[in-house]
Order: sequence, then structure tokens, then C-alpha cells
Amino acid sequence: MYRSLQHAIREAEAQGKRLCDVALEAESKDSGRTVEDIRAQLMRALVVMRQAVGAGLKGDLYSQSGLVGGDAAKLRTGPDGPLSGTPFRDILSRALAVQEVNAAMGVIVAAPTAGGAGVLPAVLTGIADARKLDDEKVIDALATAGLIGAIIAERASLSGAEGGCQAETGAAAGMAAGAAVEMLGGTPSQVGHATALAQQGTLGLVCDPLGGLVELPCVFRNATGAAIALAAIEMAMAGITFAIPADEVIDVMGEIGREMDVRYRETAGGGLAATPTGRRLAKERLIQLKRADG
Amino acid sequence: MELLVSLLDIIGPVMVGPSSSHTAGACRLGLLARNLVGGTPEHARLELHGSFARTGEGHGTDKALVGGLMGFRPDDERLRTALQIAEREGLDYRFEKTKLGEDGETHPNTVRITVERGDRRAEMVGSSLGAGRVLVTRIDGYPVEVSGNYHTIVLVAEDVRGSIARITSILSDDGVNIATLRLSRKERGGDAFMVIEVDDPPDDQVRDDLRALSWVKWAFKLDKVSA
Repeated sequence: MYRSLQHAIREAEAQGKRLCDVALEAESKDSGRTVEDIRAQLMRALVVMRQAVGAGLKGDLYSQSGLVGGDAAKLRTGPDGPLSGTPFRDILSRALAVQEVNAAMGVIVAAPTAGGAGVLPAVLTGIADARKLDDEKVIDALATAGLIGAIIAERASLSGAEGGCQAETGAAAGMAAGAAVEMLGGTPSQVGHATALAQQGTLGLVCDPLGGLVELPCVFRNATGAAIALAAIEMAMAGITFAIPADEVIDVMGEIGREMDVRYRETAGGGLAATPTGRRLAKERLIQLKRADG
Repeated sequence: MELLVSLLDIIGPVMVGPSSSHTAGACRLGLLARNLVGGTPEHARLELHGSFARTGEGHGTDKALVGGLMGFRPDDERLRTALQIAEREGLDYRFEKTKLGEDGETHPNTVRITVERGDRRAEMVGSSLGAGRVLVTRIDGYPVEVSGNYHTIVLVAEDVRGSIARITSILSDDGVNIATLRLSRKERGGDAFMVIEVDDPPDDQVRDDLRALSWVKWAFKLDKVSA
């Protein structure tokens, strides 16, 4: 697989292809599997993603500790905001939905991780449904997202314990933004700008879940991650460019992650987890969990 | 270990939440331990270290480990109720919190699993490395490296001359293609521990052929646990 998005973009442009095509060819070469076989596996992932969106939108799922749940449905049934009736509000609800399913020990696709699993399905299926794009287009987009994620894994990290939330929902936002731009007909170079624009907006984001559980703020951070991806998509599609190439933004995300204090890397030692309310809630809920299991 | 990043690793695995390291990875470690006794154990002791011990309950690490011991894979929704199922099925499990080594040396998501089934008892130490990837670092006290990315044969043999040649020829006769082979032993002339990763799932015949060698003390095959 490619280690540089710039390299992949140059290859795609030179061959007059899309990034999803060069990504699928590289994956096929690495694994010895056919492109059709790889696409079939991505289709299975898409089916699970859509099921998770559907399950979460019903609004009857709550996490193991009871800290999160039921909020995805509020964006469907609750009072209007300024963006009601737009794909934006729909995509926020889908991101919450998938992450509420995850917190309730439901089945999701870890893409790139379980904690950041809401952003990609929300953005891709939300846009595809709004624009009536068929599943083949979404599978292409998943391949592009996988390419971007693989490059982030190689150059930086996809683990909150290593790089903070910028490496989970931040990486997911970069993957979703680039993939959606290509799904909407953007060029490989526009994909690069969309990835950079999303990733720059999440630099420094810490991983600070209450009690170390993938619940709060994780569920909401998937929604705000999707919002950042949408901002990047809108800008890149309008022809806005970002001066620092995506590879370098990813590199600096890795650097910031390595220098991030351990309190901000999934240990529940800092950030929201260490606020007075965060500590109190975590304590209460963990005791409750023990009772439920005992 | 340098692992090639696949885009299918990034768009995946399909799993029961909430955490790829604390849930999916834990389940895979349970699956590997199960294979060491050739099926669902009757007794299991699970000693949790580091983050597994601290935040395991809220992540369903306990359910995922026990589910894995019963053969549930990371995308199996029965993981949610694995503890109740275990009680029904007669798997007697016990969790303990422990310290398995110094911070920085021992991975924060590590568990020692001791399993018993019939007259077979096995002990395994494994870590969940993130994104669902796992590494078994010790089996019955022998240092090993088993990732579960391949079908794997593990065996303990007396340190006799020509043992590797004999074993590789059995595998080749049974049509098994070796991907990697690693050997370790506690001391010179002591028992040797072999970890053989192979491309295609070996059938039971291979294991039985290896067990038939007088100097092979025991042999097990571990099914691939990655997606």
C-alpha cells in the first residue's frame, strides 16, 4: 500500500485514474486477492455500516454504563435547528447512531477504529442517500478512505492510546472528507486538499473518555468529526486548496500525538475525564456496571 | 513485527463494540487460548493486567475473553451475554486483576489465561496491540510470537537432531505450505517450542501425524483469528 498520499495522487493523475482505482490495484498486488474479492469484502462492510445506522436511529440503545444513548433519534424527532432538513443534520444523526450502537456492544465496522466508527458511514451513506448514488460508488469511496487510513497508520497512528482522538475521529474525518470528495467527482488533488482540510481541524484533539470507556465524549466527537469532514468537503469541492500537503499534516498529527501527555491518550487521566463532573459520573457508572454484572 | 497495512484492516474488522483493543482483541485472545486445549475449556482463570484490569469491565473485555473461549468470533452478538452463556454451558471462569510485569515492558492490554479441558491444561500470555491485532507472547512458559494472522501449529518436542527436518517433511507430505517457522527453548538439550505459521488451514491429520512422533510431547493447531 502507498505510504504517501502525494505519491498516490501523482500515480492516479499520471494514469488518468481515480485514487480508489490505484488503491484497489495496490491492495490486490499486496494481498494476492482479486479486485472483485476486495470489493466484495468492502460491500460486506457497507452492509454492516448501513445496519448500524438503522439500528442506532431507532433510539432505544443505551451503553453498558448508561452514560450515552438515545440521542441519535433526537436529531430525527427533536425540535428544528437552522440546518433541519439538510444532509448536515441527517449525517450528524447517523454518526451518533453508529457510535451509540458501538457503545451498546452492537455490531459495527471499526473504520478506522471502533471509537471512531461513526464518522465514515455517516458521511458516506448520508451523502450517497442525499445524492442517490449507488452502492458501487460508496464501495469506491471506502477504498479511497482505506487508502488514506493506511497512509495515516504508516505515517502517524490510528490509536487514541498512541496519538489522542486526532488519531481516531480526526483520522476518520480526514478519510471521510477525501473519500466523499472523490465520490462526488472531485479530482485526486481535491481529495488531498479535503483530507488536509479535515485533518488540520482536528490537530491536537485529545482522547479523554470518562472512566476510559468508549462512550463520553466519543459518541459526540464522532458527530463533530463528521461536521469537520463536511466543512472540508464543502471547501475542497469549491476549489479551495490547503497550502500544507496532506502528508505533512498527517506527519505533524503523529508528532503532536507522540508529544501528547499520557493523560490525554485514553487513560482517563486528563481532559473531560478529569473534570469534577467527569470523575463523579465515571465513579457512579463504574460501580453501577459492577452491580449489573455481579 | 513489520505488518503490511491493508486497506481492509482499515475498513474493518466487523466487530461487536465498543473497543477494537479491549473487545475484538480480547475475543481473539480467548479464541487462541481455546485452541490450546482443543475446544471450550471447563475451567478458565483470566488474570488481567494494566488497562485490561482498569477499564476492562466497561469495555466488555470480560465478556469478549469468555466469548472467545467458547468459540465466538469478534462479530458474534452473543458476546454481549457471553458470561451468562458460559454459566449455562458449564464453563467455570474466574477473573483476577494482577500485574504481569513492569510498565513499559509489558503491554498495557495483557492477559494471562489458564485453561483446563479434560486432562489438558495450558497457560498463555497475550496482548491486544490495538485495532484488534493481538500477539501471544508466552505459551506454557515458552516465549513465542503468535499473531493469529495465520493458521498456526504449535508443538513442544524433545531437542533431538533432525527434528525440524522431520517436521517440515511431514508438513510438506500433507501439502501444507509454511509461511514462518520459529523455534525457542528454555535451555540447551531442553524441550524445544516450535511455532509454525502456515498459509492454508491444516487438517487434523497434520496434527495427528506430528503427535505420532515419539519425541513430540504435544502439538496443537491454532485457527487464524484475524478477519
